[in-house]
Amino acid sequence: MKFYFFHLMPYQDIDPDYLKTNKSSWINLPNSYYDPKKGAKLYHRYLDELELADTLGFDGVCVNEHHQTAYGMMPSPNVLAGALSRRLKKATVGVIGRALPIVDNPLTIAEEFAMIDNLMEGRFIAGFVRGIGCEYHASMTNPGFSLERFREAHDLIVRAWTDPGPFEFYGKHYHYQYVNPWPRPYQSPRPPIWIPSQGSTETVEFAAHPDRRYTYIITFSPVASVRKNMKAYRDQCQVYGYECPAEQMGWAMPAYIAETDAIARKEAAPHIESLFNKFISSPSQYKLPPGYSSLASYKAVMEGKYKVRENYLDCDSLIENGMFLCGSAETVAAKLEEYQKEMGFGNIAPMLQFGTLPKELTEKNLRLFAEEVIPKVRHLGVDMETLAAE
Amino acid sequence: MATHTSEKKTIAGCEIELLKGGNGPPLVFLHGAGGAHNWMPYMERLSEHFALTVPSHPGWGRSDTPDWLDGMGDLAYFYLEFLKEMDLGKTHLVGNSLGGWLALEIAVRSTAQIETLTLVSAAGIHVDGVPKGDIFLWDDNERVYNTFYDPKFAEARLAKQPSEEDANISLKNHFSTAKMAWHPRFYNPELQKWLHRIDIPTLILWGDSDKIFPPAYGRAMQKLIPGSKLTILPECGHLPQQEKLEDFISGVTAHTNGAAS
Repeated sequence: MKFYFFHLMPYQDIDPDYLKTNKSSWINLPNSYYDPKKGAKLYHRYLDELELADTLGFDGVCVNEHHQTAYGMMPSPNVLAGALSRRLKKATVGVIGRALPIVDNPLTIAEEFAMIDNLMEGRFIAGFVRGIGCEYHASMTNPGFSLERFREAHDLIVRAWTDPGPFEFYGKHYHYQYVNPWPRPYQSPRPPIWIPSQGSTETVEFAAHPDRRYTYIITFSPVASVRKNMKAYRDQCQVYGYECPAEQMGWAMPAYIAETDAIARKEAAPHIESLFNKFISSPSQYKLPPGYSSLASYKAVMEGKYKVRENYLDCDSLIENGMFLCGSAETVAAKLEEYQKEMGFGNIAPMLQFGTLPKELTEKNLRLFAEEVIPKVRHLGVDMETLAAE
Repeated sequence: MATHTSEKKTIAGCEIELLKGGNGPPLVFLHGAGGAHNWMPYMERLSEHFALTVPSHPGWGRSDTPDWLDGMGDLAYFYLEFLKEMDLGKTHLVGNSLGGWLALEIAVRSTAQIETLTLVSAAGIHVDGVPKGDIFLWDDNERVYNTFYDPKFAEARLAKQPSEEDANISLKNHFSTAKMAWHPRFYNPELQKWLHRIDIPTLILWGDSDKIFPPAYGRAMQKLIPGSKLTILPECGHLPQQEKLEDFISGVTAHTNGAAS
């Protein structure tokens, strides 16, 4: 398996009582809560943590994109990938991902990703997402065109990387006389593409398609959903006539390792609870603007998932349902082994900093994961062909 | 009491539902974001004076949601076709909220089929420095309370348990509203350049306590439409046809009679 430390970069120095007077951590939480002096320190701390992961032997580090929120300080993940590009010695950087539909000129994404790919001399993973519902309030992008714009921007970016330029591109939403980005990507024909998802059928069909075979990453899901969605993805690959290789699937989840299960729970609890009950928190109409999904799935989601999330999620129940991997290195490695053997994924993107988890515990977590978990499970999910090649 | 009927009509490959009732001069009512698939007291009252037609827009109510529906321009051209095909002669046109915006989009293109225009808390323009309400960020209860001046109207609406069909339609309407009005939010930046083209008698009705489009929007609209009259209704929210039914009816009848004489 390959291991990617995924950072969300929360603005963790926020007044802990902010939700007593605000509805949400997103969109319209006043930015007077953001102190640039503290924010600057956090950026550097978080970049240090990502660089530490490189020296500890993680295969890669990941950043992502969110806007107008205390949940994450990365409205432009490419800025951070650029900063990392001069410091990472071995690790790959993944931007997982950029929200394609919310930009009006997706060629900028093709250009910036190609720049990072050049700077990293090919150690780069391009992630494409639609962006969660909140981004549609923050960017004013019409959620009713989200899926169309995602598909069209995707086609444009991939063609910009792989078709010789200049060429014309005239879609419904994007129109160019000259598609001709400089630089071209370092990797040939293009960087690998990851599709982080919470399991929509359209995404599974899209990512698994033989023309694409994108790495499908399940994020923030109870283990039962991870299992279901990975099976759906493998099944879809079979429908398309091929077996899904391990490297084409991955799982991103918060994880915490300590000396014992009890210590891990005790140390992680307040911080994982801050992630799930505060930083993620927003009312359903913030998360799910009309048109973002089909009418049928909108109804299903409104009635199901978000109702559950109205309840306080405590550390024990998050561990119980597998949203959160937490325990001693032995416990977590055993769980990963069990899940890997069952589901067949070849990538793990653990979020080893989450919510208010402080620097010392984050570094301890990174070290224990790298030194005591990775060696126990690295051999899993590696195809025989890859092993033979090595 | 006038009876009403429901009919279907297909235009541009899209079947829509029309509620119709009453006799007299023709009047077409263009509904707002919330739709109009149920016969309401204001329709009943309008049908006492007019041959009333209340279409459910493409994308709303029991009407189809056509693939071509991407923006307000599509609805405007649809209704120009509709007015021609319905063969009503010249009709009085009343539009509320998003339906008022639609009436403006139709009228700047052509007033050939329109006798008079009545705009009720109409969307369609932007007024700098006067924030609108955000119906997409309000929760269901806030949305209802912020629609009315008098919370009794909101309480009455919230107390009613919607049928399954009504709940599904309400969601469908909300989706179509977002498609039309998400960005730019409830207006067309091009529209106010051309509102001076409206050359028919125009009445603008507005609640003084409209929390979605504050009355400054009505005043700005009045300045943009030559010869238009503005009536601000006291203690009234976004839906005068519900909250101030008598004032709404007398406003429309006086305006249309005045135009006829």
